[in-house]
Amino acid sequence: MSIDLKTVKHISKLARISVDDEKANKLKGDLNNIFEFIEKLNELNTDNVQALTSIAETTLRFRKDEIKSENIREKILKNSPEENKDFFVVPKVVE
Amino acid sequence: MSDITSQSLFELTSNIKEKKLSSEEITKAFINRAEKSKKLNVYVTDNFEKAIDQSKKFDSNPNLDFKLPGIPIAVKDLFCTNGVRTTAGSKILNNFVPTYESTVTQNLWSQGAILLGKLNCDEFAMGSSNETSFFGNVQNPVGENLVPGGSSGGSSAAVAANLTPVTIGTDTGGSIRQPASFTGTVGLKPTYGSCSRYGIVAFASSLDQAGPMTKNVRDCSMLLEVISSFDQKDSTSIDYKRNCYSKELSKDIKGKKIGIPKEYRVDNMPDEIEQLWKNGISYAKDCGAEIIDISLPHTNYALPTYYIVAPAEASSNLARYDGVKYGFRSPGQNLIEMYEKTRSEGFGDEVKRRIMIGTYVLSSGYYDAYYLKAQKVRQLIKKDFDDAFSKVDAILTPSTPSSAFKIGEKTNDPVSMYLNDIFTVPINLAGLPGISIPAGKDKNNYPLGLQVIGKPFDEQNILNISYALEDRINFKNDISDWWLSE
Repeated sequence: MSIDLKTVKHISKLARISVDDEKANKLKGDLNNIFEFIEKLNELNTDNVQALTSIAETTLRFRKDEIKSENIREKILKNSPEENKDFFVVPKVVE
Repeated sequence: MSDITSQSLFELTSNIKEKKLSSEEITKAFINRAEKSKKLNVYVTDNFEKAIDQSKKFDSNPNLDFKLPGIPIAVKDLFCTNGVRTTAGSKILNNFVPTYESTVTQNLWSQGAILLGKLNCDEFAMGSSNETSFFGNVQNPVGENLVPGGSSGGSSAAVAANLTPVTIGTDTGGSIRQPASFTGTVGLKPTYGSCSRYGIVAFASSLDQAGPMTKNVRDCSMLLEVISSFDQKDSTSIDYKRNCYSKELSKDIKGKKIGIPKEYRVDNMPDEIEQLWKNGISYAKDCGAEIIDISLPHTNYALPTYYIVAPAEASSNLARYDGVKYGFRSPGQNLIEMYEKTRSEGFGDEVKRRIMIGTYVLSSGYYDAYYLKAQKVRQLIKKDFDDAFSKVDAILTPSTPSSAFKIGEKTNDPVSMYLNDIFTVPINLAGLPGISIPAGKDKNNYPLGLQVIGKPFDEQNILNISYALEDRINFKNDISDWWLSE
């Protein structure tokens, strides 16, 4: 199976990474090489194998639903790309 | 007393405890050497001024009960450090200054260590040569224009070049063990769940582990003892009793059963690696270990499995870099355009490639064929190890299929780069502990490593086997300081 240019453009849309035609063509070549290598898995019959879901054989822990940190608004906003003391700023999304 | 920067962690700690050296003397010695070592490009961000202040503070009231008393340590730039820029080697985090500390680095500071700075690495730890870093490639001190391995390449180079006594790296598919092998140093990837992932920039969450990178096995045991801890903040951290690894370190490996997997004898493996492995086997025998031939039948499927699982998890983890809350932003006419431009300009080529692979294998119609298939094969790989460990206590293999290669040699062929991790990747897929120790040199005098793989939570055993082998191997890294400038 090979990945065509249209598929590359579709994946880049899903991944929210814009690519121009030149990059898309380069990616097409790379991805096809990588997937050719990955196809090796099809040699194996895995019909009766249960998929691994967690490598650590433990169940997730429960904890009390408590607030442990206070007044962290400033810390959270500190690395915001556009300064505004109360909110994260993004381009307008509603008209 | 030998030159300060060439001393091991054990020696430095003893010298501080015996008041033969001060933290300030040690810290300044490493900083002076770093100033002359810019050519190696190991640092992304240094913390030298603050480190000197902290060393003086330590000396004014030294707590000698600490396990790392006043010891300056540089760490991979994948660990969030409170108030110190953390980039993960990426343009997209170029300006990111965390407001919290990773658990693993906090464990270092809680035992008296001092942050020297943040070390270069492949972008988001994706790479085997440190060439994907936004901050440029790192030189391997072993020889000019050689890669130091990756992704913890700044870390391996810094330890080998005596720019930090020890360091911590992260390992998702070999990112501690492969660079350790390329630089003649020791690197250990602990069992999944041993060291907290809290505050480490995530790559592939079911594979990532932090671990020590050091000059020798004893230092490795000392550092593991400090960083390994149960942590409520990491949902996959495992609560179990950890050993006092350095206290229980022993060269007595008599009667230990060591497995030799025939599948690790790959095509086109250089003779010198085969020879290195044979030597390792005979040293293990000399130490009284019993050698047992084993089979890990699905070894050849580990890399294809990894290149589905790791990019899939990465594509999800890296979805957070959208230019909204932190990091680099490229402006756009609307929200979607801002996302697309930010990610297109902020990520490098290898990271984009992996996000694309991950997005594809998780996309509608392909999930079963790729991701589910890979998780099934991962189960088979894990079962191979379970079966092997019913017969043996540890497994001995080469760490890498080659020694360090030249900068630029493999950058145009992603698959040939991926093949570097053929011996290390299966261990991450199975969640096991593995250590690489320097074991010899190739015809160019470049270091080669051997890997010891253990049962889950059996770090003590692989440390002991490595300690015994290290003694027999008696490896000497001859590094000429060719990069030093005045």
